[in-house]
Amino acid sequence: MLFSLTAIALVAAAALAALNGVTKEPIAAAQQAKVENAISAVLPAFDKLEDRDVDGHLCHVGLDAEGNMVGAAIEAGNDKGFGGHLQLMVGFDKEGNVSGYQILETHETPGLGAKADQWFQKDGKGCVVGSNPAENALTVKKDGGSVDAISGSTITSRAFLGIVNDASAVFAQINSNANTTDYED
Amino acid sequence: MKTKDIIKNGLIKENPTWVLILGMCPTLATTTSAINGMSMGLATTFVLMMSNIVISLLKSVIPDKVRIPAFIVIIATFVTMVEMVMKAYLPALYDSLGLFIALIVVNCIVLGRAEAFASKNNVGQSFLDGLFMGLGFTWALTLLGMVRELLGTGCFFGHSLIGGADGMLMMILPPGGFLALGLLMALINHIRNKSKVKNS
Repeated sequence: MLFSLTAIALVAAAALAALNGVTKEPIAAAQQAKVENAISAVLPAFDKLEDRDVDGHLCHVGLDAEGNMVGAAIEAGNDKGFGGHLQLMVGFDKEGNVSGYQILETHETPGLGAKADQWFQKDGKGCVVGSNPAENALTVKKDGGSVDAISGSTITSRAFLGIVNDASAVFAQINSNANTTDYED
Repeated sequence: MKTKDIIKNGLIKENPTWVLILGMCPTLATTTSAINGMSMGLATTFVLMMSNIVISLLKSVIPDKVRIPAFIVIIATFVTMVEMVMKAYLPALYDSLGLFIALIVVNCIVLGRAEAFASKNNVGQSFLDGLFMGLGFTWALTLLGMVRELLGTGCFFGHSLIGGADGMLMMILPPGGFLALGLLMALINHIRNKSKVKNS
């Protein structure tokens, strides 16, 4: 009894360990590809990428051939979504305007809050692309702002815009650091 | 048991969803679209097939007293394999099914077929039983997903049929799952009862 159960568990563990060895790299590659796709979707055209950590946010700074910044993609999120954590990749051009966004992690309701992946895009009803949150913090119309919230999903919309505003603050830090280095040169 | 009977049992007569009413948690949770329902069904089919084969092969080696833990270890092994392969090669599908893949381990159908069929029959029959029980589960989930997707979003396998229409959102949400499941179950049992009367 003891022997047969132990033998079954050992064989199972060995089989899983072998398969883990095979799938480990493709899993890492798939996750890497997801992040890279998100970066190129949200940033203006760039030649090189530089990863930085600003205030615990992972930032991917896009540089042109001469090493000047063309924009930055910032990973940011909060737990204020209707279904919990919402994680975004928000891109900014060098003036600090939103150049695009992608959703990295969402638990919002299908058909309601999950529409955020289209709603705030360039041709969406609550377009945020092109606006500058550093000048005017983005808020939904219900709270006196200018952005159309997703119908029936004000909570998701508030969480979303909050993240974009946070990302904008992070971008401002990158930008000011970049300017100071220029002075020192 | 004849091959024909095994096929008929899995697909219709003892269909896991419509007749045995087993594994309702993944049935309701993953059928928000036809493609999700079908993928969940096929993942479960693979696990059912493999665990039925292995359990049937080992049935004389596994002592009666520890058969449940042994079955669970075997089932969990195949589920973890499906999970790892899906994560590596179909990351988008893994994102939408997520947690429910791991939950196949505790799906009553898988343990139920191991206990009721694979531990009493030979390998060939157990393989067929796993395959057709799995396909029975798959067509049920696909049908349920199709109905919910069509009514909820106006789409068929992700292709919009009605331009611009939003559909009845409730059908995508949990209440719609219960409604669609109950009504489809009533319809299918009505058809089965009718054909039973005709045969007798």
